[in-house]
Amino acid sequence: MRNYKVTYLFVISLFVFFSSAISAAEYTIGQKDKQFVKDGVLIEKFTIKVGDKINFQNQDPWFHNVFSLSDVKTFDLGSYPKGESKAVVFDKAGLAEVECAIHPQMFLEIEVK
Amino acid sequence: MFNSFIREVKQRKATVVIGSLLLFTITTAVSAGIKPSKDDAMIYLRPDAIPQPANNRITAERVELGKMLFFDPRLSGSNWISCGLCHNPALGWSDGLKTAIGHGMKILERSTPTILNTAYQRLQFWDGRERTLEKQALGPIASMGEMNQNLDELVDELKAVPGYVKLFNEAYPEDGISKSSIAKAIASFERTIVSQDSDFDLWLKGQKSNMTESAKRGFQLFQGKARCVMCHNGFNFADDGFHNIGLPNNKDEGRYKIKPVKVLKGAFKTPTLRNVALTAPYMHNGEFETLKEVIDHYNSGGKRNMGNLDPNMQKLHLSKKEKADLLAFLLSLTSEPVEVSIPQLPVNP
Repeated sequence: MRNYKVTYLFVISLFVFFSSAISAAEYTIGQKDKQFVKDGVLIEKFTIKVGDKINFQNQDPWFHNVFSLSDVKTFDLGSYPKGESKAVVFDKAGLAEVECAIHPQMFLEIEVK
Repeated sequence: MFNSFIREVKQRKATVVIGSLLLFTITTAVSAGIKPSKDDAMIYLRPDAIPQPANNRITAERVELGKMLFFDPRLSGSNWISCGLCHNPALGWSDGLKTAIGHGMKILERSTPTILNTAYQRLQFWDGRERTLEKQALGPIASMGEMNQNLDELVDELKAVPGYVKLFNEAYPEDGISKSSIAKAIASFERTIVSQDSDFDLWLKGQKSNMTESAKRGFQLFQGKARCVMCHNGFNFADDGFHNIGLPNNKDEGRYKIKPVKVLKGAFKTPTLRNVALTAPYMHNGEFETLKEVIDHYNSGGKRNMGNLDPNMQKLHLSKKEKADLLAFLLSLTSEPVEVSIPQLPVNP
């Protein structure tokens, strides 16, 4: 009985793990003309699900930074040049404020549901 | 055999001669006629509309009052230092000093930034710690190191001056004299301090100017090989951003004290280059006396300090002539001279 329970739990957790991996989406958000853009259009707020991944891609001729000091996700991607991108997986629900430290006019809210 | 060899040499010579002639024609054509690109006027001419917040629109009364407050030394604890003492209109709205001098002749750590075009700036101060000119205006007044004025006492002092009571009532009938209306009036005046047409602007407009060929080449270098435009972009030649430019003598953490992100260690706000020839010495710590020194610094690629250097900084390998062209361009950004009148202040009762 005990073994059965363990196996059952294991199978369930495997299922949960894989289904979340399958359903996790991946998005690209660009940094263009000192703004955050999605498909070339300025965005100030973006909603994703827990486990989703965002690639932050620099599309400007100068270096950009991406960082967040939010409770939901704290990260600092350093600075990188045009064409390069760095990814962040948002693994906790809540609101993350994402900025570029170099250009403080760049500001994006990511709502993780 | 020999004849054919001679013939070939002659032909080659002819090709070389024609080739060099062509090259000569092209280069002279290029250097004699550098024209602005079709987008340059849109990018580099100052927008006529001055940004202003909805709760503090610019009016003649507010600007007049703000100008009086700006030049009034009673806004300091010693009644000796006005905003205009450091932001001196005769010195490009700065003070010509390496770093500012504050209350009690104390030498401060950072240089006095110009107030030119601050209306267009998204963040104020070298480290961008305030967003609005209204918030900026009260900072140095209250700072113990700068004007050392208790703001509540200032409100009382101004309320005792009948001339100010009248001016405040006209400019801010709902507020009267308050910390908020003092800040708003000064901010309104500062918003009117904007750059005027320089030779560079007249050249962009296709008007008669003293824009030299050297300055035009400098403009091309500015946007190209010299990489200046990486940070100094747009009409105000500023990206509202923060960079550690690898100054040899920097010991100030700058923006990092406001936002503790690694790339901000030793980073300071990109200043405007409008009227830059008027505001020596240069950099937040005033460590360069001339623009020539500034150009030499950027040419060197900068020196990492506090473990940081903006990756836009690179060795430039500029020739002597290219440096001279860049300098000529920077000098072409000086506005036509503006006469600034100093108001007579309301007297104490």
